[in-house]
Order: sequence, then structure tokens, then C-alpha cells
Amino acid sequence: MPEMTYLEAINTALREEMSRDPSVFVLGEDVGVFGGCFGVTQGLLDAFGPERVLDTPISETAIIGASVGAAAAGLRPVAEIMFMDFMGVCMDEIFNQAAKIRYMFGGKAAIPMTLRTPCGAGLGAAAQHSQSMEAWFAHIPGLKVVMPSTPADAKGLLTSAIRDDNPVIFIEHKMLYGVKGSVPDGEYAIPLGKGDVKREGSDVTVVATSLMVHKALAAAETLAEEGVEVEVVDPRCLVPLDQDTILKSVAKTGKLVVVHEAVKSGGIGGEIAAIVAEEGFDFLDAPIRRIGAPFAPIPFASNLEKAYIPSEETIIEAVRSLA
Amino acid sequence: MALSQEKLLELYRKMVTIRVFEENTAELFAKGEIPGFVHLYVGEEATAVGVIAHLKDHDYIASTHRGHGHLIARGGDVKQMYAELFGRKTGYCKGKGGSMHIADLSLGFLGANGIVGAGLPLIAGAAFACKYRGDDGVAVCFFGDGASNRGTFHEALNMASIWKLPAIFVCENNMYAISLSQELHQNIDDVADRAAAYGLPGISVDGNDLFAVYEAAEEAVKRARNGDGPTLIESKTYRWRGHFEGDPVVYRTEEELQAWKKKDPIERAKKRMMETGVLTEEEDKAIWEEVRSEIQEGIEFAKNSPLPEEESLLEDVYCE
Ligand SMILES: Cc1ncc(C[n+]2csc(CCOP(=O)(O)OP(=O)(O)O)c2C)c(N)n1
Ligand SMILES: [Mg+2]
Repeated sequence: MPEMTYLEAINTALREEMSRDPSVFVLGEDVGVFGGCFGVTQGLLDAFGPERVLDTPISETAIIGASVGAAAAGLRPVAEIMFMDFMGVCMDEIFNQAAKIRYMFGGKAAIPMTLRTPCGAGLGAAAQHSQSMEAWFAHIPGLKVVMPSTPADAKGLLTSAIRDDNPVIFIEHKMLYGVKGSVPDGEYAIPLGKGDVKREGSDVTVVATSLMVHKALAAAETLAEEGVEVEVVDPRCLVPLDQDTILKSVAKTGKLVVVHEAVKSGGIGGEIAAIVAEEGFDFLDAPIRRIGAPFAPIPFASNLEKAYIPSEETIIEAVRSLA
Repeated sequence: MALSQEKLLELYRKMVTIRVFEENTAELFAKGEIPGFVHLYVGEEATAVGVIAHLKDHDYIASTHRGHGHLIARGGDVKQMYAELFGRKTGYCKGKGGSMHIADLSLGFLGANGIVGAGLPLIAGAAFACKYRGDDGVAVCFFGDGASNRGTFHEALNMASIWKLPAIFVCENNMYAISLSQELHQNIDDVADRAAAYGLPGISVDGNDLFAVYEAAEEAVKRARNGDGPTLIESKTYRWRGHFEGDPVVYRTEEELQAWKKKDPIERAKKRMMETGVLTEEEDKAIWEEVRSEIQEGIEFAKNSPLPEEESLLEDVYCE
């Protein structure tokens, strides 16, 4: 299996899908000549030309609105919103248009579009360029929400997202772009809604998303030295959410920590905890622990940003408190 | 309008301060001493200075991601600015905001902004507040050519126009929105043309000519203070540096940059001031030297300032 970065994996999926299906096209700010703000669409313009790789004006409302319309008219747009924080600008197009059209029209329309966007803090980019707002989208019936943590997952899940006939919000983490991992040869698709056990363990289940999967795995290594075996579950998709994989793990360990980078309160961790409390109460030997960011915007100063982002140490502490 | 010698020298010094501030910021960023994103104003100094020259203490400004020049032109404190860029407790925003969010409410400076085009409706609101209170305050929004493609531009101009708000919308047309040249992102040469769609005056000026900007802004501010409504000013200029520090700048040519450097707004102002006997070579040298030492002091202040305490993380989310 070849090694590639998360960024290269996403770029490869875009190339493969564009080669396979002429109805797939890419649009967004600076995705052409510049190759995307983070470089994800590098080379696509040369490979597929300006008809299929569209540099847009700074008009997020129209980028997503036009994607919805093009999708309704039979194309498969893959739109990039440069930072997740800018999605407020196109929120109506996402939640009133893309998400609801099929239902409102009695199933007569499909909106097969993908919206890719990077989330996450860690670059000192402050309050309007660092957020993780996946819970907003997971709350809206009609959208699928994907949050890959590894290059292999990113490639297989983006492939599925593009092939899916529903609008998919595909959330990349900007601090993962440079992370390497092995990726299966050739084209493959990972079904949306299938979680993955990233590490098996018998003592405590840690459900983590996106970048936090890596912190949970690192925490698990430290804890293993103390004799605590952590099972790390990555749901990979928030909608549809693979409840079975989570419940099966909790049935085995009896203990659950949920961790995400987004603000803890109102976050997807609450949903996961609630599902386990409702469906797996009898499995639990201890209270569920949630880890997320504090209830504050993301600060600029490096020391504050570091304190803000949930850390490996916080995960270790939470697991220790249960183990 | 006859600019007094004193006022002219003040405006010139501000342009020099912006230049030296930004050049030092570029160096500090390259050395890794400033985290996050910084967008520099080098080459565009005449716009901020020529417009803000007309503002009174109770007026308002909304700035952009490329905001250092606006705040310096408004009389911002370079010590607190650097401290903010360094993420220190003594910074303008206690280290919470950084370059993209520097604000000074005591100067009516409603902040740099990380969201392109966000300032336009905010400034319609500030202009409304001025009108509502019945003082003669005005509100100025700076924004880029790229921002003029956002819905907020169109909505804010229309609203300001129908309500006759004392607003001045200043488009800094530096011909690029990151990698997209103006001709790739809009089908017009003059952003000022868009004013017609909303029934307000739109004027294009040579943004590298301090005097041209000054005169256009004088007229617009007068209109606003007289209750005659908003104006759109398009200031045609050029950014010398990349979109952000670290930008490989693959989308434009070196020749284009060099041609614009020949139209250096500071050199042009200096030349005119020397021709009219307002400035001598020695005085010019002295200004640059004084500014350089002021900037060095600002940097030292920032470097010697403490980091914000961790407890401050949860402060200022709400008013108490
Ligand atoms: C709503 C929104 N979309 C995109 C961006 C990313 N972005 C930051 S600056 C910029 C270009 C702005 O161009 P322009 O308005 O011309 O200002 P300039 O940078 O040239 O001064 C873009 C696309 C953003 N910050 N906010
Ligand atoms: Mg511009």
C-alpha cells in the first residue's frame, strides 16, 4: 500500500472521481491556479481544465447555491469552502435548500453535491478561522456529515461522498493535511455510516472524531503502559452515525469517553453519550465522560489556543478517572 | 482644500509608519515570532491615510483582514498592535484576537475582520447610530475588490442608500482577491460603477496618490456629514507583498509588481511635498529615523510583554 498524506489522499480521490464521472466538477475560491488555500486541489486545473475546475469570486452564497442548482440539474459538484468558519455565509443554501429539497418535493429531486471544508484550530488563526462546527450540520435532516481522520479514510469516504446522491458535508481537519498514512491501491469506497475501531482494547472505549482520533490513539499508548487498554472508535461519519460499532464497544468495555475538538456543550459528543445512555445503559459501569473545547471562541495567543484545544493529557485523565 | 504643512507632514509620517510597521511585521513573521495569518498593507498606504485624515473622534471605521494600515492611520498605538500580533496580554485585544481582529473602540475602530465583506453591513449600522443620535458622525468601511462580490456589499450599499446613511464605502481595489485578478472575478473595470445600481455616487481614484484619495474622501465625508447619504469610493492600488505572508505568489508577474513599485505612494507624496517646499531631504530622513525607532520600541514592548493568563480563556465571552 502506498504512503500518502491526508491532503494527497483527498486530491487523489478528486482526480479519480473526476476521471471516472464527467458530471463531477470542482468549484471554490482559489481552487484553480492557486490549487486551493491549503493546496488540496493542486494540479486539478491542469488535469481537467477550467470548465471543470472553477475559480469563483468571493461569493459563498452563490458557490453553494449554484452547487445545489447544478446538482438538481444533474451534475455532481464538489464545492470547497476555504475555511469552515465561512459557512455562515452560505448557511441558507445548505440547510434550507440542499438539505430539504428532496423531502419538500416529495422525493422527486436529488442533490448529489459534496461540500468540502477544513475545520480545526492549531494554526493560531483565531476565532474566525479555526472552528469545528460539525454539530450544526449533524442537526439538519437531509445532510450527511463526514469527518475523516486518516488518509485512507479520507480517500475512501470522499469517493463515497461524491458518488452519494445526497448533499454531503465533508469536513477535513487542517492540521491533518500533512499527516501520512498508508492508503489502499486504486479506487475504493468506504461506505458512509460505517465507523471504524482504530485500536482494540478491553477497558475503556474512547469515541473520537477527526484530529482527536490521533490524540486518543497517543493517549491509549501511554495508558497501555499503565495497564489500561483503551479501545478507540472513530465514527468517521456523524450522519449517518454507526451506533452499532459504538454500542458494541461499550458493551465490551463498560466505560465511555467521547472526545471532539468542537465546543463541548451542544456538541456531537452529547448526542453520542445520549445514544449510549438510551440504548446501552445496562452496559455502563461508570458515568460517561465528554471532552470538548471550553465554551468560548477560539483565542489567538499560542498559549491560550493550546489550552483551548482538548489535549492528549485531558483524554488520559478522563480515562484514568474511569479505569 | 488646502492642506496645511503640518497636516501634510502628519499624513506623510503615517504612511511611513505603516510601511515600516509592515516591513518589520514581515520579518518577524518570517522568523516565526508571529503566529497565525498576517496580511500586509505595503503599497496601499495612501488609501487609509487619505481617507482617515478627514475623520473626527466620534466617527467609526470598519477594517479588513489587511487592517494594520487603517489602525495606524487612525492613530492606533503601535505598541499595543505589536503586542497583539505577538499574542501578548498587553495587546489591543489582550492576545485574544491577533492580526485579523485588532480593534480599538476608543478610536471608533470596529476591528479588523476575518470574514471578507463582513464590515459593510456593520458600518451601515454604525452610520445608522450616528444618524439616530443626530451628531454629525460618519462611518467608513474599507474592503477589497474581492469583497465587492459578496452579497453583503450589495445589501449594505442599498440599505445605506435608501436610509441616506452617513457612510463612506472605500473599496481598496488592489486588483487581486488572493490569486484571482480582478478580470477573473468580476466583469467590470471599476467597482465604482456598482454604486449606480443602488443610487449613490461612485468614484474611482488613483489610490497611490495621497492627494487624489484625500480629495475624494473630503467630498464623500462632507456629503455624509451634511445628511446627503453614502458614497462609494474606489481606490485603485496594489499590494506589494503576497496575499498573506508565506504566499508563493504564483498568480502574477514580477514585471507587474515592479511597475507598481514605481508608483510608490510614499515616494509620490514625498516628491510632491519636496516640489512644494513642504519637505526637505533632511526632514524626510529624520521622519524615517524617528518612525523606525518608534517601531523598534513597539516591537521591544511586545517582546517584553507577558503572555495572557490561562484563566483569561473564559473571560469576555459575555458581558458580566
Ligand atoms: C467570507 C470569506 N470568504 C473567503 C475568505 C478568505 N479570504 C481572505 S482574504 C480573501 C481575499 C480578499 O480579497 P479582497 O477583498 O480583494 O482584499 P485584499 O486581500 O485584496 O486586500 C479571501 C478570499 C474570508 N476570509 N471570508
Ligand atoms: Mg483585493
